[in-house]
Order: sequence, then structure tokens, then C-alpha cells
Amino acid sequence: MDIVYTLWLRSLKRYVRSKSRIVGSLGMPVFFLLALGFGLNSVVQMPGDTGENYMQFLVPGIIAMSVLFTSVFSGIQIIWDKQFGFLKETLVAPVSRLEIMLGQTLGGATTAVIQGAFILILSLLIGIRFTSFTGFLIAFLFMTLIGICFAAFGIAIASKMEDMHGFQLIMNFVVFPIFGLSGALFPIESLPEWLVPLTLIDPLTYGVEGIRYGLLGTSAIHPLVCLAALGGCTAVMIVAGALLFRKASI
Amino acid sequence: MTAIHVEQLTKRFGDFTAVDAISFDIRKGEIFGLLGPNGAGKTTTISMLSTLLEPTSGTALVNGIDIQKDQDGVRKSIGIVFQDQSLDEELTAWENMDFHGRLYRIPKAVREERIQDLLHLVELEDRKESLVKTFSGGMRRRLEIARGLLHEPAVLFLDEPTLGLDPQTRNHLWTYIQTLNRTKGITIILTTHYMDEADRLCDRIAIIDRGTIIAMDTPEELKKRVGSDVVTVTSPDSERIATEISAPWISGAEQHDGQVTIRLHDAEEHIAELIRSFGDHEYAITSVSIHQPTLEDVFLHYTGKTIREEEPGAADRIRMRMMGGRH
Ligand SMILES: Nc1ncnc2c1ncn2[C@@H]1O[C@H](COP(=O)(O)OP(=O)(O)O)[C@@H](O)[C@H]1O
Ligand SMILES: [Mg+2]
Repeated sequence: MDIVYTLWLRSLKRYVRSKSRIVGSLGMPVFFLLALGFGLNSVVQMPGDTGENYMQFLVPGIIAMSVLFTSVFSGIQIIWDKQFGFLKETLVAPVSRLEIMLGQTLGGATTAVIQGAFILILSLLIGIRFTSFTGFLIAFLFMTLIGICFAAFGIAIASKMEDMHGFQLIMNFVVFPIFGLSGALFPIESLPEWLVPLTLIDPLTYGVEGIRYGLLGTSAIHPLVCLAALGGCTAVMIVAGALLFRKASI
Repeated sequence: MTAIHVEQLTKRFGDFTAVDAISFDIRKGEIFGLLGPNGAGKTTTISMLSTLLEPTSGTALVNGIDIQKDQDGVRKSIGIVFQDQSLDEELTAWENMDFHGRLYRIPKAVREERIQDLLHLVELEDRKESLVKTFSGGMRRRLEIARGLLHEPAVLFLDEPTLGLDPQTRNHLWTYIQTLNRTKGITIILTTHYMDEADRLCDRIAIIDRGTIIAMDTPEELKKRVGSDVVTVTSPDSERIATEISAPWISGAEQHDGQVTIRLHDAEEHIAELIRSFGDHEYAITSVSIHQPTLEDVFLHYTGKTIREEEPGAADRIRMRMMGGRH
């Protein structure tokens, strides 16, 4: 456990020091939240009569987005460690690769949840009200699961990549579609029939719906189904990340 | 007592053999050098001995532990300074050390005391709270050496410890390495393609080229094998000179990039005669120099080429550029 903690501590220290990256990676979610939120709030009529407006609906999606991008990115940072040689220092130590991988994953997940929390605080500041304290805890549980799931996913990808060249490709063809299909920006009930299955195999969908349940008290998918689906997916990602990282060459 | 025992160690990448059945033994407390040009297989050898690469075949024992059977055992007993920098630049010197200490599960009290002592040893005490990205190449190297010693390894690997450093910093580092070896009795295995470094530091040297060890002995013995003196002649006719020159006191001649290196005995006595014979053969001579054999001559003698012909390698330069901070 102390090895996992050591790796986690390093991630956190690096995160706290990279002020520009913290601000930089908040840029896009904040832009989405403000532009889409304020821009579409009065235009979009939410289905059903839950009384929620589009802005409220959007916040959980943007929190999930923030967690998603930060965690994938933190996992992929292993490539930098590879290129700047630091990975060798960890790999030549008498510790297992599983410990290294778990430490890196938890570190990435933690920073991702912090980034998500910034969005949550921001939305409170602009006057959006949520249900209850338990609701916040539920939202954080789902944020944590998204963080772990996609940090592990980032590590799995990074283990297969030689350098950062493939990064843009992964962002455009994997991470953006995961975000776009997740129902972060629109209610999944209002999707065309043929798109629904794609949405349902996207693990982020369950994360978004879970956070939505926590913050708004309603969700399109039952929260326990969300928990089971995302939890299962997280477990699979950890195993995949651990296996691929174990085989990764330096 | 044997610190490292290597037998028929081989590494192939595809059908390219990077390290070809090398064998050697290193005694406890020795400074042992692997000297060879870029691409000779030095780093590959170190990577296998430090468990980062699986050998294709052969065996090796480090501190009596089999590198394939007990990787963790080997890892606990060795320290390593990689050829390329391996510090976290976003952390301070202290934090880099602390990270290492935690990875090796050194209890907090011991860890902090040792970090303090080692930073003092490498004269980085007053910079311990600075981020590594503000450090010069020499400071980084010193920090890496201190880090490699933190868990008190019995064997320390140094892969090209002074690559890309300026002469003054190199000298400084050499002194550290010698002090470490003498005061702590640590066995040191270092790789280098700098002749002077190998000559100055190593008790014994293995000359490695294209994955095989071509000679292994003390620097003095290696140089003795070349002959007692060396005359280097720069000439447009160097090829002819190398094949045609002969005398009882000449033990051999090798031609390389416009020069002939002639190995002989009592050069001072025979130099006049040698120059006269150049005249008789009507060779054009640009310059002539006499010197004691260096490891460069030893390398030339065994491989028919100079180590410098391969250096600075393109890969080396790219690597150094990538390392960024190391000047
Ligand atoms: N991972 C690898 N895959 C393929 N070839 C490699 C790999 N690592 C090293 N080599 C090759 O093996 C040879 C020896 O490399 P190396 O051990 O780094 O030499 P040195 O450290 O003596 O400069 C070189 O020709 C190098 O290109
Ligand atoms: Mg090398």
C-alpha cells in the first residue's frame, strides 16, 4: 500500500504544481457549460415535466466531461515518464508493476475528481441548486468511478504507445466519441432509435446518469444499474491496464 | 569474492544480436569498466544485469542472485544511474530522493537521515528544495548518483555517467566515484566510450565492440599489449605505409582515417630510422607524433578502427537533445 501511496503522492504533487494545466484543462468544460448552458437554456425544452431546465441538466454532463478528460490525460502521462526516463526509475525498483499502475491510476483519478469538483463549485456559484448532501456523495462516488475507469484506460493506451504522436488520434477517435455519445449534452430519451445502443455501450453514459441522479434526483437510467455498469467497466479497465502495463517495454 | 558473474549472456532484438555471449566476473569492491563505441551493447548489458531486459540466453548472478530467477532480490541489491536522465523535473531534489526511498521501503527516520547525508556528499544540500528542472547537467548527474546510493546497494551501475558533461564537471564526478568506491567499498560497474574516463577510474576494463568482449584486463596490461610506444603518422599514403612498413622493432601497424598507427619498441631510438625509411619510399608525410599507448590505441589494435570514428553518434546527439537540460 505504501508504494501505491508513493505513486499517488507524486501525481498529486505534480498536479498541484501545474497551475497552468489546472486552469487550461478547466477551460473547455467551463466554456461548454457557459456557452451551451446560457445559450440554450431558454431555447431547449426538456422532455417530461420534471421542472428542470437545460442548465441544470447540463452540469452533471460537464462535470463528467471534466473528469473524463483529466483522467485519460493523466493515464497517458505515463508516456511522458517513458520519454523523460522517469519510468525506468520506478520499474527498476523492487516493487510490482501492479502497485505502480494502481498508484498512477488513483493519482490520476484523484486529480480528475478535483477538476470535476471545480465545475461543481462553479455551477453552485452561478446559482444552480441541487437536491441534498447525500446526493453530493452519490455524485462524488460516480465521479471517482469515472476517474478510475478512464485513468486506467489511459494507462492501458499509454502502455501500447511509443510516444505522444498517437495522442491526438486517441483524443479524436476515442475520447471525444465517448464524451459525445454519453448523453452529457442531451437527454438519451430524445435520441433517434439507432443511436441508443451506442449510447448504452458507452461507460460514460452510466457515469453521467449517476451524477445526474445524485445532483438532480432524477436520471434516465436507474442509479443502481449505473453503479453496476460503471463499476463493472472500471474493474475491467483496471485489469486491462494492469495487464498491458505489465507487458509494456521501456 | 565475486560481485557479478556473467556467463554467455546474449540479447537478440529480432535477428540482430546486440550482446553476443559475453562472460566476465567482477570482484567485490572493484571499479569495472565496459568500454566501447556507441551501439556496442553496453546499455543492453546493463539493462539485463539490472533486470530491465530479459536475456535471450545465458545467465548472470548479481550479488549471488540469479537475474532471471529473483528479479526483486537483484533489484534490492543494486543501484543504477541510467544513461539517459531519469529524474522527475517537476519535483525537488529532496522529493526525488524521498520518492526513491519510499519505493525501496526505507523507514522514514532512516530515509531522512540518509537523504540529508547523501545530498551533503554530492554538494546539493543547499539546493534540496529546488525543482530539478532548474538544475544543470552536472547537478542532475550528482543527484542521480546520490539517489542510486540511497538504499545502500552493494553494486552500483553507472551507464555513461559523464556523457555530455563539460570537462570540469566530469573531473568532479570522477572524484566522487572514486571516493564512493574507496570509502564505502561499493562495487562499481560503469560503461563509457571515453578512453580517459575508463583509464582514470577502472581497476579493470572489458573492451566491447559489436556485442562481444574483445579484450579484458587492467588498463596498464591492456596498454602493454599494444607495445611500449606508438607513432602516429598522418599521410595521404597511409594505406601503403600500413602494409609496407616493417622492421624488427615494429610490432604492427593499423591504418585508419588518413592515419597510420605504428606500434613499436623504443620509439625515441628508432624514430630517425623510421623517418628515413619514409623518405626512401617517397611517402608524403603531413605529420608524425610519438606517444605512450592509450586505450585508444588498444581499441584500434583489437578492432582495426578508432572508437572516435563512431562518435559522436547521431543517436547520441538526438538523445542529448531530448534530455533537454543536460549541458
Ligand atoms: N529495444 C531495442 N530494439 C532493437 N535494437 C536495439 C534495442 N536496444 C538497443 N538496440 C540495438 O542494440 C545495439 C546496442 O545498443 P546499446 O546497448 O544501447 O549500445 P551502447 O550502450 O553500447 O551504445 C545498438 O545497435 C542498438 O541499436
Ligand atoms: Mg549506451
